[in-house]
Amino acid sequence: MIESQLFTVIVYTENSVSLLNQVSIVFTRRGLNIESISAGPSSIEGVHKYTITCRGERSLLEKVITQIEKRIDVIRAYLFTDNDVVYQEVALYKVSTESLVDEPNLEGILRRHNANILEITRDYTVVEKMGHSDETQALLEALQPFGILQFTRSGRVAVTKGSEERLTNYLIDREALRQERIEDGRADLS
Amino acid sequence: MVERITGAELLMRSLEAEGVDTVFGYPGGSIIKVYDKLYDHTDTINHILVRHEQGATHAAQGYARVSGKPGVVIVTSGPGATNVVTGISDAMVDSTPLVVITGQVDSRFLGTDAFQETDLLGITLPITKWACQVRRAKDIPAAVARAFFIAGSGRPGPVVIDITADAQGELVDAVEHEKVTYIRSYEPNPEPEEGEMARAVSLLNMAERPMILAGQGVLISNATKELVEFAEKGDIPVGCTLMGMSALPSRHRLFKGMLGMHGNIGPNINTNRADVIVAVGMRFDNRVTGDLEQYAPKAKIIHIDIDESEFNKNVKADICIHSDARVALRKLATRMDARKHPEWINSFDKMNADERTLVIEPILNRPSECGISMPQVIGMVAEKSGGDAVIVTDVGQNQMWGARQSVYNRPRSLVTSGGLGTMGFGIPAAFGAKVAAPERQVVLFTGDGSFQMTLQELGTIMEQKTAVKIVILNNSYLGNVRQWQELFYGRRYSFTPMTNPDFVTLCAAYNIPAENVETPEALSGAIDRMLEAETPYLLNVNIAPTDNVFPMTPGNAAVDFVMLSPTEIYSPND
Repeated sequence: MIESQLFTVIVYTENSVSLLNQVSIVFTRRGLNIESISAGPSSIEGVHKYTITCRGERSLLEKVITQIEKRIDVIRAYLFTDNDVVYQEVALYKVSTESLVDEPNLEGILRRHNANILEITRDYTVVEKMGHSDETQALLEALQPFGILQFTRSGRVAVTKGSEERLTNYLIDREALRQERIEDGRADLS
Repeated sequence: MVERITGAELLMRSLEAEGVDTVFGYPGGSIIKVYDKLYDHTDTINHILVRHEQGATHAAQGYARVSGKPGVVIVTSGPGATNVVTGISDAMVDSTPLVVITGQVDSRFLGTDAFQETDLLGITLPITKWACQVRRAKDIPAAVARAFFIAGSGRPGPVVIDITADAQGELVDAVEHEKVTYIRSYEPNPEPEEGEMARAVSLLNMAERPMILAGQGVLISNATKELVEFAEKGDIPVGCTLMGMSALPSRHRLFKGMLGMHGNIGPNINTNRADVIVAVGMRFDNRVTGDLEQYAPKAKIIHIDIDESEFNKNVKADICIHSDARVALRKLATRMDARKHPEWINSFDKMNADERTLVIEPILNRPSECGISMPQVIGMVAEKSGGDAVIVTDVGQNQMWGARQSVYNRPRSLVTSGGLGTMGFGIPAAFGAKVAAPERQVVLFTGDGSFQMTLQELGTIMEQKTAVKIVILNNSYLGNVRQWQELFYGRRYSFTPMTNPDFVTLCAAYNIPAENVETPEALSGAIDRMLEAETPYLLNVNIAPTDNVFPMTPGNAAVDFVMLSPTEIYSPND
């Protein structure tokens, strides 16, 4: 039995049309189910970042990474386990206000789960919680008796542990190489 | 005052600036503005009208594979665009540079299911090296420049530029076309890593039974000279993949044959005896490796490839050299020791001699009443063309015999659909190859099945008066599938027999000289007439219907499990 585990794949791309499609195609071809995905601008201007979680065996995910990187407009893709990254998710719970106000232990639930209330109307209350999936799941279960009207959980966002910023260094190396080639006159670069 | 021109005119000027002189295409509603401007550029751009868009892509592939330049295709939206999908997919897996320009509906109609709208970007993203849609005329030159850079550099491949009809017609300021030579997210010329090179050299210096597996990467990077120098210095025998055939001249003493399912016995058996394997510009396709669990168990593997994603994809390599084949081979040859491996080399020759005695000679020398065999035809063409012809094959038995039994003196001399195995590739690819190399003899070996998948391109050949030589190896069967049915499916010939038209009469309609060849005795004269003709020429050769291709390593077997016939397994005599 080959061991399957949860990986976090972080992909940096140029900000152009169809990139998400190109990245997801690689998972689809290998029959891998994306557990969660969050996408947005990175800290570097013009560079987009996808944080994808996916369950699978390491050797397969390593191949997926190189095949993602093969796409022209993908700058870099990296594979991480939970130990390699600090990560977070956010969940929103919409619950009937009527059922909540009668709960004597509401404060206890919110404190225990370190959750916040974002909005209260006569009809509903929106509760917010940040945490890992098991933590947001635990609050979901705690609120279940009140009747959950809506529940949504974000994809994972993650930053890597360690002091080395791999993408930044990579882009610096690329730029240095470009300059070197200009000086060598090896190419007339735009 | 700045000149105002349309997007279509910008496209023409960009194509000219990229050095395009030949285009294969087919007009239609969403590309009509481009065709209107093309009409003014026929002195620089030779547009060849095919008869079906699939033919345009395969012709462009044949052109690209022989010339090394990207093949250019122009087609319309909708069905025009979907018809190029097979050729694009074929070019992707066989690393062939194509620039496919498709018309698209007006940008205001995108996503509305307008007439002849299809989501070509969505369709082609998984099967292209790069694809983009252009909705503004001003974006055309940059898209074209990027497309040519990406298609032709690194590991080549097909790219698609989908241009909306309004972008083709929009008036913009004329701009100078600027070529692209750098994309920060893409490195087409990686430097081989020093540590890996050093480890490779020490491995090679200690090797007792080294072997080179040469793929198409050697041809693409024009590394044939470097391959010869590397092989000669290390005295290392070479097996070529189907796509790598002609990377080494067939008569070179270190060329030991083709690898894989229908490859030669020597290289297939010795793959599992080698102690060091240098795989260069090849991707360990399952048709080459057979069962991966039993593949090359004794060998340390040095994998040289420009595509990093090929490393450890199918076969785990001990040393991965991420580099252009030419650079890596040159550096390795310089640094490694000169060696001699006479006994090891001799072991290939002994097994290949067994193959000749046990499999090939009996077919070549069989009585005339057994009918004509494919290797007889292919061997005779090789002999009479002196090994200088460009050989094009279709897919099936014709391909396996054609690739293996042909003789190649020069690189880029085999054009075949390797990875995708596209029946119908042959006629248009042969046509495109002849356009690229009009001075060379171009001979297509096709089957009665494959021929009928794209026979409408006879119209293109007729119109262009292109002297392509076509040999139909006609066994009235889908022969390769028939062979599998015979060997593995209890001789249940499910939909493989074919009732065929009279191909000679068909050629008469296209004004292409043609003849039937019914007996082995008639073969020699017919091949002479075909090769001497300055026009296109077709031979319909009646092949013994139940002939098979041997040797054969069945798909799931170990690479050294070699069948000589339906009932005999080869055992090396040592």
